[in-house]
Amino acid sequence: MSATLTRVKQKQIGQLIDAGKRIDGRGLTDYREFTIEEGLIERAEGSARIRLGKTEVLVGVKIETGEPFPDTPNDGVLTVNTELVPLASPDFEAGPPDEKSIEIARIVDRGIRESKAVCSDKLVIEAGKKVFVVFVDVYVLNHDGNLIDAAALAAVAALTNTKMPNYEIKDGEVKTKTGYTPLPLNSRPITVTIAKINGKLLVDPGIEEEQVMEARISMAINDDGNICAVQKGCPGFFTPQELLEASKLAQEKAAEMRKKLDW
Amino acid sequence: MPVFFEKKQLVTPGELLAEGEYLAGENTYLEGNKVYAQRIGLADAENKKVNVVALRAFYVPKPGDIVIGTVIEVGFNGWTVDIKSPYTALLRASDVLSRPFKPQNDELSQVLNAGDLIVAKIASYDRAHDPQLTVAEPGLGKITRGQIMRVTPTKIPRVIGKKGSMISQIKAATGCQIILGVNGVVLVTGKTPEDEDLAIMAIQKIEAESHTTGLTDRITQLLKDEKAKSEEKKNE
Amino acid sequence: MSEKPEKLIDKKGIRSDGRKADELRPLKLEVGVIPNADGSAYIEHGKNKILVGVYGPREMHPKHLQQSDRMVIRCRYHMAPFSVQERKSPAPSRREVELSKVIKEALEPSVFMDLYPRSGIDVFIEVLQADGGTRCASITAASLAIADAGLPLRDLVVGCAAGKIDDTVVLDLYDAEDKLGAADVPVALMPNLNAVTLLQMDGILTPAEFDTAVNMAIEGCKKIYVMQKEALRAKYMTAKEELKEEVEE
Repeated sequence: MSATLTRVKQKQIGQLIDAGKRIDGRGLTDYREFTIEEGLIERAEGSARIRLGKTEVLVGVKIETGEPFPDTPNDGVLTVNTELVPLASPDFEAGPPDEKSIEIARIVDRGIRESKAVCSDKLVIEAGKKVFVVFVDVYVLNHDGNLIDAAALAAVAALTNTKMPNYEIKDGEVKTKTGYTPLPLNSRPITVTIAKINGKLLVDPGIEEEQVMEARISMAINDDGNICAVQKGCPGFFTPQELLEASKLAQEKAAEMRKKLDW
Repeated sequence: MPVFFEKKQLVTPGELLAEGEYLAGENTYLEGNKVYAQRIGLADAENKKVNVVALRAFYVPKPGDIVIGTVIEVGFNGWTVDIKSPYTALLRASDVLSRPFKPQNDELSQVLNAGDLIVAKIASYDRAHDPQLTVAEPGLGKITRGQIMRVTPTKIPRVIGKKGSMISQIKAATGCQIILGVNGVVLVTGKTPEDEDLAIMAIQKIEAESHTTGLTDRITQLLKDEKAKSEEKKNE
Repeated sequence: MSEKPEKLIDKKGIRSDGRKADELRPLKLEVGVIPNADGSAYIEHGKNKILVGVYGPREMHPKHLQQSDRMVIRCRYHMAPFSVQERKSPAPSRREVELSKVIKEALEPSVFMDLYPRSGIDVFIEVLQADGGTRCASITAASLAIADAGLPLRDLVVGCAAGKIDDTVVLDLYDAEDKLGAADVPVALMPNLNAVTLLQMDGILTPAEFDTAVNMAIEGCKKIYVMQKEALRAKYMTAKEELKEEVEE
């Protein structure tokens, strides 16, 4: 079990935040330095690894073919899964996904799905019979806070370099040909997570800040600056005024990151 | 400096009761200079202290309370007892056996076994430990006769009545011995099951109608009516 | 038997179920419905039928889940197999796991957690019939069940959603509107403290629309709060007479 934050440390974090500072020296609205590396897993159809401060997340995209869902015969399938692998943190245990891992997966999925980043109608091979199934697997390799934003950014980055196998329909059967086509992407949503500590809002919480934060809110913003997913987390609350502030802050940071990533 | 309720008004959790220089009493809390209700109950103010008499609450142990509990488990050096509270209670063997305790020789289940009822006193309780019980006083110990019933702990004072008037009435009319555990468990021991049933009926009525007026008279009437009925039956 | 209306809201501003943009579905609340539970409540909100039972506070088992300085809340949101159009497997789905988490996080801020260390409460939510907005309705009922169990609370928590259909921001979407609409924004609120304890959104909204939707949902919450308090009072008030006799403490 990881050491719980000592009372002294908790107090220190609080005092710094009251003065508008953070334990690692950042300002309240500063993200940690991050780098994204793409295409590092050749076996996967798409992949990306992000290092956000010391948080490290690897995303692999696998494309398979399968049957569409009965109520959406003209749509491909997108599914996001998250593994909090035990080596990433003393707090992670082996086993099926727990509520934390499921929540992260669903938030990442929402951002991609609702922004229509992946055009599911372009994933159809034969309407009603065969479609592409896009598996987005998020692998957390080191947990140092803000897994949501790291996972979301890496997932979209992985999708930007994902290639779909070419195919042809011969004698009523789907066969793969040589060559690949890049996965068509409509949007590159960016997720911004904001934590509330001592009544102040700060972006990109580190792991120690996550242990003292009262509440957090994550917002996914698409290319047009519209909001496509929101998730409040943690057993605390926001006032309507704080929500307004958080929304503005999220839009600001998303625009900043979009410029930096050239998305 | 306003108070926002009428005396004995039924309030719900989160309701603003008072603002200004008031103290937060039972079942209320202070946020800034505002007093809010924590539980559903009847609000009242004594000088500057705002209280809520809760209509629904569970029992939290207090040293000195007399409680009635059920033994759930026989352990190595004592028993675990269910006192209908968020915490199970412990009764040490050394408290029950007047001589030094020898784990190999003494069979604790012979003294008290799972399922036995006891009347005990809370000897100690704090946030970090489960409550400790004692039966080393007269009137405490294993229960061998009578019927058990449960009452919401907050209604126990109403069952007792002003200066014990309510409970004395029931005892007199039914000839029953009644022990009211502060934890809401009540033991009724009478000469006949019918006497016990009548006492139980009266207590149930008090619980159901505790927040209404004229209750004492209605209980008196109930006891009178039921006694008359049983007299008739005897004479048939 | 699925109704898929063509237009979700017409030119006169009337929705496919006859409601106006800011109108709530009919609501019914009842407290103290499961005799075995320490606290319980039942809600009917539109076609939603949800039952909540609370057990505790009681000693937390397994022991390793205990917290030495505070209570633990365990919440299980579960849908009955017959609650939806196509039979749902009784095994917990990922959606149910996520909703269990966010509902717990919506209720916890209302409870004085550090008053009862080492103990726990279990909140069991069973959705018997679902028609959109179940997490909000569940929160409203669960908060009543927790109050019914006698726990001291900062405030009741009440839930209500808003969303966008056919370019209009509306209150309280039912299932068809949620599936075919542009966005759904569920909110939970502690009204007296102006504290939002649950907020989610899926769909696409401009920042301004998001703001409008959140405020609309908050207003909806306040309306439901009045009914919530009434339901709690109704259980304890058989006569409206005030207690005149003195009570010995």
